[in-house]
Amino acid sequence: MLATTYAVPAILVFVTSALLILVGALGVISVKNPVHAAICLIMTLFGVAVAFVAQSADFLAAVQIIVYAGAIVVLFLFVIMFLGVDRNMQVSVEPLVGQRAFAGAGVVITVAGLITLMATSHWVTGATSVSGSALATGQGNVKQLGTAVFTTYLFAFEATAALLIIAVVGAVLLARRERATTNEEVSA
Amino acid sequence: MNALSTVDPLFTHGVNGWGVVVLIVAIKVLVGFGALMGSVTLMIWFERKAISDMQSRIGPQRWGPFGILQTLADGIKLFFKEDLVPAEADRFVFKLAPYLALVPAVITFAIVPVGGTLHIAGHVVMLQIANPPMGILLLLAMSGISVYGVMLAGWASGSKYPLISSVRASAQMISYEAALGITIVTIVLVTGSLSTHDIVTSQGHWIWHWNVIRLGVVPFIIFWMAITAELGRPPFDVVEADSELVGGFNTEYSSIRFALFYMAEFMNTITMSAIIVTLFFGGPAGWIPNISHLRWVFPIIWFVLKTVIFCFCYIWFRAALPRFRYDQVMDLGWKRLIPLSLGWMLIVAGFLLRPAYGFIMAAMVMIASIVLGRAFVLGQTRETGADAILPIVGQRPLPPEVLRSWSEREEE
Repeated sequence: MLATTYAVPAILVFVTSALLILVGALGVISVKNPVHAAICLIMTLFGVAVAFVAQSADFLAAVQIIVYAGAIVVLFLFVIMFLGVDRNMQVSVEPLVGQRAFAGAGVVITVAGLITLMATSHWVTGATSVSGSALATGQGNVKQLGTAVFTTYLFAFEATAALLIIAVVGAVLLARRERATTNEEVSA
Repeated sequence: MNALSTVDPLFTHGVNGWGVVVLIVAIKVLVGFGALMGSVTLMIWFERKAISDMQSRIGPQRWGPFGILQTLADGIKLFFKEDLVPAEADRFVFKLAPYLALVPAVITFAIVPVGGTLHIAGHVVMLQIANPPMGILLLLAMSGISVYGVMLAGWASGSKYPLISSVRASAQMISYEAALGITIVTIVLVTGSLSTHDIVTSQGHWIWHWNVIRLGVVPFIIFWMAITAELGRPPFDVVEADSELVGGFNTEYSSIRFALFYMAEFMNTITMSAIIVTLFFGGPAGWIPNISHLRWVFPIIWFVLKTVIFCFCYIWFRAALPRFRYDQVMDLGWKRLIPLSLGWMLIVAGFLLRPAYGFIMAAMVMIASIVLGRAFVLGQTRETGADAILPIVGQRPLPPEVLRSWSEREEE
């Protein structure tokens, strides 16, 4: 609704979120200290959340912050601190020969593909904005989202849940080794 | 009509009357911020006074009546102290961290309804700073963000104890967020809305309508424990356990940056007390005498009264309960609170559909809890501790000569 009635605030919000996303994303790949990179990642996630709010997707914005900024990056930092890799890395030597050339080629192909997609075809609905549509009225879009997840996409949703559980069980199994020897045998 | 007016009647006519509506919002923000800052000052004094009474001490008494201005004096003192940054510190993050701790504490209070509605200049004004459609999810988002203050402060200090503290903080926060979220889902199921205003209005005026009774007391107890752990207040204050970690994450902080951490902690205590009141105790609901122009005052009084009771309970916990050991904190979070909150949520969801489903769900939860209990017993009888997880290297504890040869090898 804001987008149609007030152009200036909408543009301000868009510019803010775009700046947050871009500066954060560039920071993630250019900063040398891993902890600083993680902070830049949080900035990007916040920018995406702001963009979600601007599109009246309040629930997605909240989930974006809770899951990604609130849990996943916390775990990234947890691992960085635990492993003590929070030193400036020596990046002048390539671990794999020619990986930079491959990375550059990958970036060019991805960006070119994205631009072609945007220029030639519409995204799923073809709409440039969802704010103000029937989806955006009422208490955010929680109801619509819930209905979609538990009816149309029920199978995909449950399969994702099962996959996540399998991953957790697998991680526990890998981390938990049975002891081969006992203390007595070693000391004997 | 626009999208905003569905959640806040203030925006029914859009923001066309720029002057009045923007002014009302600005006044709400300023009054809310001022009241929160004022109550932090009072809360610090209240905690010090109450805890000194519980420990048979006198406590602050010099500044103002009953020492009520002690916090102000402390604040001025901290302001003029030398501001130290350790040589090993990451300067930018070290300076950023206190603000990351403070800002979420302030923002969370914005969704708390402190009273009913007022009519000012033809506008309906809700006595809460904001009523966003994401509502109570903002609490989860902000409690997720607030851990960065502690984590980054501990890491950026470039010192061992703060680093341990920040690792503890992250693990503890992740562990209790799940139980917290599931309990909030239970409340949202009963309310049918995420908005805090709807959560309060759906609870009715008397205690048997409030969520604490309506949901059975269990979700309230889980929520209270989980939110105490998220706050890092005693008995869950392993993050700043002074007997193990000196001062935890804020060991290297001094002057105004330390004061900011201190303020954030107390602000969080007040905000979470207010959130408990909102979610489980009907927020501003209570008995209102029929006085024509003062009817709007009484809900605020009820709200403040209930919040003060919970603030007092936090002080009481600190005085009465010993600190949990770190493994006990983890056990309680993962093995007790998460299964319990999940089971209770399923039962509540069943009863909301049809009583028969509720009883079926209760039976299934009973069976699941028996299986889980059996699993705990099996887990406790097998080898536990570091030996069960890591491959065993030699004898434990290692003889000193082996340790010495290892460290020599590492130095080479």
